[in-house]
Amino acid sequence: MRGGGPAILVAALTLAATPATAADRLVSSLSSHIVKITPSFTGTELVLFGIVDRDAEAPPRRGGFDIVATVKGPPETLVVRRKERVVGIWVNTESRTFVQVPSYLATLSSRPIEAIVSLDVARRLQLGLRRTLLPQQIGPDTADVVRDDPFRSAFLRLKDARKLYVEEKDAVTFQTPILYSATIPVPAGAPTGTYNVDLKLFADGALVASSTEAFDVIKFGFEQFVAQSAVDHGLLYGLATAAMALMTGWLASVMFRRD
Amino acid sequence: MEIYLPIAGMPVNIFVVFAMGLAVGFISGMFGIGGGFLMTPLLIFLGIGPAVAVATVSSHIAASSFSGVITYWRRRALDLQLAAMLLLGGFVGTAAGVWLFTYLRTLGQLDLTISLSYVILLGSVGGLMVIESVRAILRARSGKPIEIRRGGTHTWFHGLPLKLRFKQSRIYVSTIPVWTIGFLMGFIGAIMGIGGGFLLVPMLIYFLRVPTNVVIGTSMLLTLVTMATATILHSVTNHLVDAILALILMVGGVMGAQFGARAGARMRGERLRLLLGVLVLAVGVRFFVDLVLPPEDLYSIRMLEGPQ
Repeated sequence: MRGGGPAILVAALTLAATPATAADRLVSSLSSHIVKITPSFTGTELVLFGIVDRDAEAPPRRGGFDIVATVKGPPETLVVRRKERVVGIWVNTESRTFVQVPSYLATLSSRPIEAIVSLDVARRLQLGLRRTLLPQQIGPDTADVVRDDPFRSAFLRLKDARKLYVEEKDAVTFQTPILYSATIPVPAGAPTGTYNVDLKLFADGALVASSTEAFDVIKFGFEQFVAQSAVDHGLLYGLATAAMALMTGWLASVMFRRD
Repeated sequence: MEIYLPIAGMPVNIFVVFAMGLAVGFISGMFGIGGGFLMTPLLIFLGIGPAVAVATVSSHIAASSFSGVITYWRRRALDLQLAAMLLLGGFVGTAAGVWLFTYLRTLGQLDLTISLSYVILLGSVGGLMVIESVRAILRARSGKPIEIRRGGTHTWFHGLPLKLRFKQSRIYVSTIPVWTIGFLMGFIGAIMGIGGGFLLVPMLIYFLRVPTNVVIGTSMLLTLVTMATATILHSVTNHLVDAILALILMVGGVMGAQFGARAGARMRGERLRLLLGVLVLAVGVRFFVDLVLPPEDLYSIRMLEGPQ
């Protein structure tokens, strides 16, 4: 047994090293790693770019390369409610809770995902909004439900309407066979936190390489100060707002005094 | 020019919000009310969450009522003693209202409660105001003297204990109805985001027989304190007061109120009441229509926990 240890280790190392020596690599970068929400913030775009580092010994890729980038914002727990007519008026009745789902989700690809990989692979890698796991609270457990569940569809639709869930089939473009770029839209209502970018490189329907990036969305300067004080120092914030109201009222009565 | 609101979490056009403050301020100055019943629905219409709208409007009303209070104070046209008694009830009412607001938010029925309260309260009060003022106008046209309902008339609650003499208002009533009115004002103010001036003024006149020369000043003082309290309580419990939004609204509001007050001074009392009645009724009807018509989207979404 003692002699077998190093042999296994060597075998494992060789296996792990094989793709690195005989495969293509994906090199990626972001135009910025920080998005600042300032008073004039109305949404922005980040550029994701890089190259496919071809390996001379890797097999030739006659079909060219494809890239699927999945951007996920910080997780959040949400409740989706449905209105029904109760004695003539519309009232929230049924509701579902989505547990720890991405607050922001973008699937950017160079071609439609169905054209890049088989459905099996797409499902396993959770490529595309339809195939991303969205766990719901079901009793004491959490589980994803069927794809055409009305609450799930409504959730995706509402997120899409706020531009928080995005799917673009032609967002990743190849300038040359190995040079690529894509724009990641960051909408005005983007939640603050860390966003993870997961890039996957495909060739001839197979996953060849992957790479990850990350950026942060932060409230900056005055915005940050106001939002932070509202949560951390509720009482002081309330007193300050009330004092501001009194100041404004007093100033008006002084400025417009007629008697 | 777009500006990002840190608490509402969305950009708004600063001029649109300022114009809204100006317009509502004009109306509030004209009728001597806070104007919250107009401002809250307008903000919701702009896309701001109802909870943030209700919480933020409270600080806007505090600003416009404070400038009113100063004006009435200079003229000695407010009853401090009555206001203090109303406030005792008002504080309890505001605290109860903020508590219920928080509870309903967790149940997911806050929006419905706000809408229903608007329909019931504005519909009935607006309707009554329209009927009353139309009658007064008709009576004035036909040349009959206007009925003055003051003094001598006693209602059942004049028999209640804990009577107190309010010198400035020259009334002698039980403090129980005074506390009750204060409580109601604080309560609905916290839940609906309205100061309730359009409710309080008629209640003080009809139930407590407070003379008209001190009624508006006293009502404004009560509105000021309950709304300032609501601002603080909403900040502490729900963190929903957007100070940036509040500042734009209140600057517009206090300016508009000055022009409104001048326009209002030139109008006859019953005409003014008719206009206000129509306005109140219209907002109530608008909320009713929204409740009854099938909504554009049956589904709505709300974050339970996660990033800001």
